[in-house]
Amino acid sequence: MKDLTVGTLIAVFEEMFGRGLFWAMAGAAAVVTALYLYVLVRDHSVSWRKFLVAQLAMPVGAVLAVLFVWAVTSSGLRDVGGPVDLLTLLGVAAAGAVGAAILVYTVQSLVWPPTRDPSRERG
Amino acid sequence: MENRNSGGVGRRGLLGLALGSAALAAVGVPRARAQAVRTQARIVIIGAGAAGTALANRLVERLDGARITLLDPRAEHWYQPGLSLVAAGLKPASYTVSQTADWLPAGVTLLAEAAAAIDPVAKSVSTTGGTRLDYDFLVVAPGLVLDHAAIEGFDLAMVGQNGIGALYAGPEYAARTWAAVQAFTETGGTGVFTRPATEMKCAGAPLKHTFLVEDIATRTAGAGKHAMHYFAPQGALFGVPIVAEKVRMLFGSRGIATHMGHDLRAVDASRRVATFVQTTKDPAGVETKTDVQVDYDYLHVIPPQRAPDVIRQSGLSWADKWTDQGWVEADQKTLRHLRFPEVFALGDVAGVPKGKTAASVKWQVPVVEDHLVAAIEGREGTEAYDGYTSCPLITRVGRAMLVEFDYNNNLVSSFPGVIAPLEELWISWLMKEVALKATYNAMLRGLA
Repeated sequence: MKDLTVGTLIAVFEEMFGRGLFWAMAGAAAVVTALYLYVLVRDHSVSWRKFLVAQLAMPVGAVLAVLFVWAVTSSGLRDVGGPVDLLTLLGVAAAGAVGAAILVYTVQSLVWPPTRDPSRERG
Repeated sequence: MENRNSGGVGRRGLLGLALGSAALAAVGVPRARAQAVRTQARIVIIGAGAAGTALANRLVERLDGARITLLDPRAEHWYQPGLSLVAAGLKPASYTVSQTADWLPAGVTLLAEAAAAIDPVAKSVSTTGGTRLDYDFLVVAPGLVLDHAAIEGFDLAMVGQNGIGALYAGPEYAARTWAAVQAFTETGGTGVFTRPATEMKCAGAPLKHTFLVEDIATRTAGAGKHAMHYFAPQGALFGVPIVAEKVRMLFGSRGIATHMGHDLRAVDASRRVATFVQTTKDPAGVETKTDVQVDYDYLHVIPPQRAPDVIRQSGLSWADKWTDQGWVEADQKTLRHLRFPEVFALGDVAGVPKGKTAASVKWQVPVVEDHLVAAIEGREGTEAYDGYTSCPLITRVGRAMLVEFDYNNNLVSSFPGVIAPLEELWISWLMKEVALKATYNAMLRGLA
């Protein structure tokens, strides 16, 4: 690709999803990440029970992410060919897993803050 | 308490950060903009397709005061790289259709008329509506003409019925092609795939269509119910030898028979017979031409392709090359006309050895932009087009080879060491499916 700059990439993503949806998704990702950092800072510790539940969400997120990509691109497992395909697949799965974990952890922390959480462990 | 307070500060800080990013997101990232060149230049662009539209968007950013007029009689813009997907039932026709006017910037004039005559000596263009446009710079980007009349017995009205497809003819015909393909894949029989003897846009598309139909047919009716035959007038399956060899191997493994030296001349739709002229050479180099009749259940027609008549009649075409096709006599590197320096050619109509794809246009447009703006400033441009052409050569639903090459038939990979050009890969398919149209649209807006 010629002149692959951040501006070009943003332009391409805007076209891919539509300008509004792209920035809404980027904003949503930024907000969830910010809230995640916020609960970590607020709680001054990681709740390992919440982290465990979040980990349980990881395989679900990984599978959902892969199924989503296959569904929107008319492709499937049989199309995974070379090493770069496997890496792409793992990348999609990893992104889904991490995204699900962060989301689930953040939601738990917001809904059950440490003071009202009977299972809270001391940091 | 102390902890809570510090937590509160942290919360405000983080929320502020989040809101700040959201605000920045809403505004968008400002794009770098060089100082625009003041000019009164009259620039006429014939054709508001991929090349004309992308160039207009870029020139508006670079020039201040230029009068830019685009001529295009068709209100619809067609995303032609999507036609192969439409003809395989993977996308609806609407996937490839938008409105030309929606892509053009403010400050340019779009005349919904075709060029009727070009006088490169007097520097003027006459339109079909009778308007005369004098220009300081002319960019010729009208695309090409599909010469369906050259195939005896063939008519576009036949597409979609009696096993006839013709996906190049536009979104509607690509969708009708899928109707014919679908019937063929379900019932089985003999599939005949062709390509013309002339230069053509996206020389990978005839191969993609063959691969896709074979794949869908095998998945639908099962293996062994279809016989697939690929006919081409040329001696090789692709203009780039290393790619031709790879396609030859893939055709072999997929059971697609190849018949080189065969040029489609006539179709008898009622009997489902295609007539080819086969050219053979004996050891002494003497050519023999014979008619070959082939029965088909599905026939994909790609007619000869030529420059529009207005170009061929204007004296802008090569006099000694492609004389039956009339491509514009342009410098390979600058795309500037060799006899009329204020004329540039872009896209399909340019008489250069490669480059009739949207990806080529993406590489060509900044070159013409550079030389045109430089000419206005009274200096020489520096950008050069190296023949870059790219083709995500789909080999089945879900896989493609990301083939990129230049004038010298060298493979020029955008992702060296990551995406192998001659390997059938899912990631290359993902690019075609997800990223290509987005990149194309960004190009139309002059942003990529």
